[in-house]
Amino acid sequence: MQLLHLFVNGEEHAVAAPGQRTLLEALRYDLMLTGSKQGCDKGDCGACTVLVRPRGDSGFRGEPILACITLAADAQDLEITTIEGLAGPLGLDPIQRAFADCGALQCGFCQPGMMLSARALLDKCDKPTLPQIQEALSGNLCRCTGYTKIYEAVEVAAGLRTPSSRAPVQSERAAASDSKAQTVTEIVP
Amino acid sequence: MSVGDRFPKIDGVAKADGSGIYADDISFPRMLHAKLLRSPHAHARIRGIDVSEALKLPGVIAALTGDELPLKYGVIPWTQDEQALATEKVRFVGDEVACIAALDERTAEDALKLIRVEYEVLPAVLSPEEALAHPEIKVNEKAKVGNITKHVNLQFGDVDRAVAGAAAIAHETYAYAGSTHAPIEPHCAVARVDADGNLTIWSSTQIPHYLHRELSRVLGLSPAKVRVIQPLLGGAFGGKSDPFSLEFCVAKLALKTGRPVKILFTREEVFYAHRGRHPMKMDVTVALESDGRIAAVDNKILIDGGAYASFGMITAYYAGQLLTGPYRFGTYRFDSYRMYTNKPPCGPKRGHGSVQPRFAFEVALDEAAEKLGLDPIEVRRRNFIGEEVDTVNGQRITSNGFLKCLDLVEQASGWRERRGKLGPGRGLGVAGSMYISGTAYPVYPNEMPQSGVLVKLDRSGRVAIFSGASDIGQGINTLLCQIAAQELGCDPRHVTVVAADTDLTPVDLGAYSSRVTFMVGLAAQEACEKLAAKLQAAGGATFAEACQKAEAIEGAPLAASGGYRTQKLGGGYRGGTIGASPAYSFTAHVAEVSVDEETGIWKVERIWAAHDCGKALNPTLVEGQIEGSVYMGAAEAQMEEMVYNEKGLLFGPSLLDYRIPTSMDTPDLQAMIVESNDPNGPYGAKEAGEGPLHAAIPAIANALYDACGIRIRELPFYPQRVLKLLRERGRKEEERVA
Repeated sequence: MQLLHLFVNGEEHAVAAPGQRTLLEALRYDLMLTGSKQGCDKGDCGACTVLVRPRGDSGFRGEPILACITLAADAQDLEITTIEGLAGPLGLDPIQRAFADCGALQCGFCQPGMMLSARALLDKCDKPTLPQIQEALSGNLCRCTGYTKIYEAVEVAAGLRTPSSRAPVQSERAAASDSKAQTVTEIVP
Repeated sequence: MSVGDRFPKIDGVAKADGSGIYADDISFPRMLHAKLLRSPHAHARIRGIDVSEALKLPGVIAALTGDELPLKYGVIPWTQDEQALATEKVRFVGDEVACIAALDERTAEDALKLIRVEYEVLPAVLSPEEALAHPEIKVNEKAKVGNITKHVNLQFGDVDRAVAGAAAIAHETYAYAGSTHAPIEPHCAVARVDADGNLTIWSSTQIPHYLHRELSRVLGLSPAKVRVIQPLLGGAFGGKSDPFSLEFCVAKLALKTGRPVKILFTREEVFYAHRGRHPMKMDVTVALESDGRIAAVDNKILIDGGAYASFGMITAYYAGQLLTGPYRFGTYRFDSYRMYTNKPPCGPKRGHGSVQPRFAFEVALDEAAEKLGLDPIEVRRRNFIGEEVDTVNGQRITSNGFLKCLDLVEQASGWRERRGKLGPGRGLGVAGSMYISGTAYPVYPNEMPQSGVLVKLDRSGRVAIFSGASDIGQGINTLLCQIAAQELGCDPRHVTVVAADTDLTPVDLGAYSSRVTFMVGLAAQEACEKLAAKLQAAGGATFAEACQKAEAIEGAPLAASGGYRTQKLGGGYRGGTIGASPAYSFTAHVAEVSVDEETGIWKVERIWAAHDCGKALNPTLVEGQIEGSVYMGAAEAQMEEMVYNEKGLLFGPSLLDYRIPTSMDTPDLQAMIVESNDPNGPYGAKEAGEGPLHAAIPAIANALYDACGIRIRELPFYPQRVLKLLRERGRKEEERVA
């Protein structure tokens, strides 16, 4: 066991943990910040993404890293932002609002990581192109959305567009193309 | 904001700010963590299991072996062939053998290494062909004959005669690779027992009701003492619609130890739990009359099922029964075998059973139409089956917006102007499909409603809806708020939904077969209509005032229930009800691909997908279902495959080695909603969550043909396979020139 000092969402925490404790385990098990998700525990899926910057830096919240393959001990000199820290005193971050408004959240499990990666992008580039968005989110796997509404949400958060509003198309009653009656004959049951 | 509006999901903010609770976010004081020991052999007899050394490890609290949970279970009552922990035999690499509960996960994992299992290794069958050829190697004793889970052979009309008289025939074999759901949330279950012996399970399941039944039966507990709660679910796609070993193990260990117990699967274990897309070999004949009408379809299907039945009996039927629209078939025959093999069990992945034959059929249809010089969209129009019509196998189609779907993708893709004119290595392809909106019959026969909803009105104007349905991300809880707002005139933000808790909510059979919006929607509509009548009679300036007046008149709290009652549907033959649905969705896709003919590397540039969902109760959610389905279909065409070595070991059970598309691999997806306003669906709605997956794969295959003249018949369409076909094409051209 060792005593770790973690700076998370603007608060300092002292945590007693074994040496092999990952940052994700420390966040989820020791600090009960369960918004960071474990999807693979080996750095493949991105659901555990958090933002980090050197301690004392001000301004942007930093770079996305994978908490599941970062030792908690190695994160002690960093200021960490998790999904719980993304909203500010004025309420949800525009990214969070846009994800909810655009239907970018289906099951929602990949989205804490996805939204933090998107926040890191917008902090660096406030009017990203679609290829820039795709590249910035390429480390976060989503299995529900096909990413389409996620791109839309990032663009909405960046003020580049409004949420989709295309109206459904009505279909008229239609007869069969072939007037021959359908016959049902079962030969082999 | 009510039905038809783009109302934001009611759990959207909880998912956006990290406060939403998924199964693995639940923990309790004194909770133990358990781990499963899995088989290293594809097929072996268990001679003995010794957990005594494991129990001596400090921190280990309890061990569990199969003799403590001897009853077999399975989601289909007729094919219950699974055991929480194996006792006699293991049947695939990864089959569960023993379970250890400890103070923490790492101790439990260390203890697994101290368990001694004596195996007698048996010969294994790893392909359905081997399974047929070697009935003496019995994978699963539940099979009555050899290794056959289910054999279905149905014929409608004289197929042989129709084929003999046809003007054009395409007859080829197709191979569909197995793929898996890969939800980003691994399976997780937590169990707790109170002092009176009441058991509560929180599980990442999409079938709380079936799980409730099976837990009660296997544990020998009264169902009244078992409670299943589904918290937020991090993706399922059919991969969480069986009862799983971990749920029985946490329950038994909680009963044994008196402490809460959690099991969280590792990503590797999610691959062993599997239940993914069945690999299929298909021998397909499509015969057309001279005017392009489909004279006959004939399909011989060999299905690789893996070690247990899961939904496999249904798969063997769905592989044939769900192909008979949106086109009229003159005659039809299918002959499908679902085989047991020594691999992780396959099951229902999004588009259960019908994605594979749809691929083969839609490619064969293009090939046959080409022989008649018919445009691929034109041949599909000519065979449109219509509305209010029976299919050749006796399924009733009500609404059908397929023609409109075809029109939309034809226009959006610039089909007429662009097809065949995009230059070398670039092409367009089309495909259509249909899918069920729930199945007519429940998994276990009974006369009770398939779905139930209770609605309670408070004098404050707050509405509470109690629904058994599983919101697995598709947004049913949001739709319930919209239905309440539509019927009652309340603010949808003033609705609380209590969902998927077997103690509190009425039964819904589960989130499978695309049944939820249709059946739960109708149940909610019925309940709300009853209350709306009372509110209207009471009057009142505001909704809250109406609630107060109505409650005064009633002299009791205001509440009502609604249900979805099973209709009698389907053909009058054995198996005729399987695939019978109260409504069918329709879909048409055009895919655009580009191919580098030097390397075989290709890319889906864009997919236009038009889907007839009857009525979009929430267009944002429907678009999300279409986009997610098309993505998943394109992924199967591009890259996904469960690969095993000669010993039955799954290659690379991780999200690095089993490749799923990132944002860089996913094509541009253009979703279009068509509304045919079904006469039976809630507000005209039908399904949207599975149908739009099907057409993506054949549309891509047909686009590859348009791009470079190759017919690819084996999934995934790896660049090396494309390159091989390109070289064959090149050789044939050279021979012709010579």
